[in-house]
Amino acid sequence: MIDVDVVVLLKQVPDPKEYIRIREDGTLDREKARSIINPCDRSALGAAIEAKEKYGAKITAISMGPLKAEDALREALAMGADEAILISDRRLRGSDTLATSYVLHRAISKLERYDLILCGVETTDGGTGQVGPEVAEYLGIPQITCVEEFKIEGESIEARRTLESKCERLKVRLPTLLTISNGVYLPRNTTFSGIMKAVKGRVQTWSTAFIEADENKVGSAGSPTKIMKVEKVTFHRKRCAIGGADVEAVTANLLDKLVENGISLVEHGNE
Amino acid sequence: MNREQGGIWVYVGHSGGQIDRSAVELLGKARKLADKIGADLSAILIGFGVKSLSHELISYGANRVYIVDHERLANYTTMPYARLLGDLIRVEKPGIVLFSADANGRDLAPRIAARLETGLTADCVDLDIGDFEDKEYGNKYRNILLQVVPAFGGNVMATIVNPERRPQMATVRPGTFEMPDKDLNRRGEVVPFDVELEEGDNAVEVLEVIKKEDTVNFDGARIVVAGGRGVGGIRGFNLLRELADVLGAEVGASRAAVEAGWISLDYMVGLGGQTVRPDIYIACGISGAMHHIMGVTNSKIIIAINKDPNAPIFNVADYFIVGDIFDVVPKVIERIRLLSS
Repeated sequence: MIDVDVVVLLKQVPDPKEYIRIREDGTLDREKARSIINPCDRSALGAAIEAKEKYGAKITAISMGPLKAEDALREALAMGADEAILISDRRLRGSDTLATSYVLHRAISKLERYDLILCGVETTDGGTGQVGPEVAEYLGIPQITCVEEFKIEGESIEARRTLESKCERLKVRLPTLLTISNGVYLPRNTTFSGIMKAVKGRVQTWSTAFIEADENKVGSAGSPTKIMKVEKVTFHRKRCAIGGADVEAVTANLLDKLVENGISLVEHGNE
Repeated sequence: MNREQGGIWVYVGHSGGQIDRSAVELLGKARKLADKIGADLSAILIGFGVKSLSHELISYGANRVYIVDHERLANYTTMPYARLLGDLIRVEKPGIVLFSADANGRDLAPRIAARLETGLTADCVDLDIGDFEDKEYGNKYRNILLQVVPAFGGNVMATIVNPERRPQMATVRPGTFEMPDKDLNRRGEVVPFDVELEEGDNAVEVLEVIKKEDTVNFDGARIVVAGGRGVGGIRGFNLLRELADVLGAEVGASRAAVEAGWISLDYMVGLGGQTVRPDIYIACGISGAMHHIMGVTNSKIIIAINKDPNAPIFNVADYFIVGDIFDVVPKVIERIRLLSS
C-alpha cells in the first residue's frame, strides 16, 4: 500500500436538465435550481475512490460555494470520501476563476499534506476548465489535464491524456494535479458505511479568515473579469419552409430553391 | 499592473512542423483588432526547430514573431511552456494575449493567467475592441478587449472584460474565425528569446505520443452532414454517410447521437465538441439544443430536416423540411445523382 493523500475539488452545479433563471446582473440564480455534483468532478471522485481501493488513499473533498453546497460534500462522504471541507463566506460572492482558484489553493495549503489533487476537466455551468490549472499554478505544482486513465507508481503518476488528434502517455512526479475527463471513472454509488459516515461525519466549514486569504483577492473585488453585458442570442436566418405534395416534390423544391439562391448541391467530383 | 496600451499576441500551436489552422484563424482576427487600435501583432512560437514557420506567420499578418526554441521544448509540456511564456509576457508587456481553446491552449492559458494574476475568458465565440464604463466605480476604459462567450448553455451571450489588469487574455474555439489571406509581401521581424531551462521544467515527462486513427477533420469542410437523435441509430448514420459521400462532405453528430453510442465523440458538433463553419450545414434529425446551435452558427447556409414540426432547429435554419430523414435523404441522394450525371 502506497498511502497517498488525495484532494478532490468538487463544485455543486445546477442540474443542466432543469430550467435556469438568470438574474438581471447576469449572474445565475442558484437558489431555486436543483443542484448536483458537477459530472466531471464526480468522475474525479470516482478516480479518487478507485485509488483508495488500490493504494490506500485518504480522500479529502473540498468545495467552495454557498452553504447548500454541503449537500454535495455529504454525497461525497457517502460515496467514500474521508473528510469534507466547505469554503463558504459571503465575501466569496462574485468570484471569477482566478479568485476561486486563489481560495481553493489557500484551503489546500491549510491541509497537513497533499500528494494528488483531482478535479473535473470543466464544470457544466462555467465550462471554462480554468480552475484546475490555476490552482496548480498557485500551488506551484505540475498538472496534467484531460486525463482518461492514471496509475500511481511510487512517487509518480503515469497518465493518459487525450487531445484532439492524439493521446499522450505522461509521467509526472507527486505532488501533482490531474483534471479528469467526464465519464471515464464511473461514479460510485453511496455505500451503507458511507451513508453512516455522511450522517455522522461533519462537513467542516472554513471561512476566508480561516484560510488566511487576502481579501483583495477574493469575491468580485478580487476578480479581474467583469460581465459588461448579457444579451439574448439572435439569429438571422431565412427560416424558409420547403413543402410539397410528396417527398419527391419536397426534395425537388428544396434543390430548386437552393439553386435560386445560388447554392448547388452536386455530386462530389462533378462541381 | 499598468494599463498602457501594449501589443496583441497570439500563441501559436503547431504539430509535425505545421502551424495549427486555429492559430492562423486567430491571427487573422487579431490583425483586425490590432489595426483597430493601431497596435502591433506578435506571434509566439515555442518548440524545437520552429523558426522556419516565422515567415508564414508574418504572411498571415504578424508584425513580429517571438521564437522560443530548445531541443527540450520539442513536445508541449505545461511547466516550461508556462514559465517561458510567462517570463516573455513580463518582459515585453503585451496588452492582449490570445490562445486557441484546444487541449493545449486550455492547459497553458490558465497557468499563465494565475502566474500573472490576470483575467482569462474561456471559449470566446467573438472578440472586439471597445469601451467599457464601470458604473460601480465610475471608471471609463477605452479600447479594451470585449470577449463574447455563450453562457448558460448558450441561452445568452455575455460580453466579458478585464478592465484593470494586463494582459487581457482569452481562448477562442477553433473554427470561430475565418482563415485570413496569405500575403507574401508582408514584412516582419523575428525575435529569438533566450531559453534557460530550470529544474522544475522536467516535472512532466512525455513517455509516448499515440496518433489517433480515424479522426474527423472539419477544418475547411465545405459541407457537413450531421445527425441527431432522429437518425435513430447506426443504420441512419450509414444513410447520412452515403449523402456525405455523394456531396464530398464530412459527417458530424449532435450530443444526443454521441451519447446514444451511434457515433464517436470525435464527431460531436457544438459546445463541448467542435465548432464548424462550412458553406452548407445539413442537420438531420437534430432537434437543435442551444449547445449544438452554438457550434454551427458560423455556417453560411443551414438546412434542417426533422419530423417534428416544432423542432427549434427550424428557427435557425435557412431552409427546412418537416419529414423523416429515411424518406427525405434517399430522395435527395437520388436527385443529386440524377442532376449531376
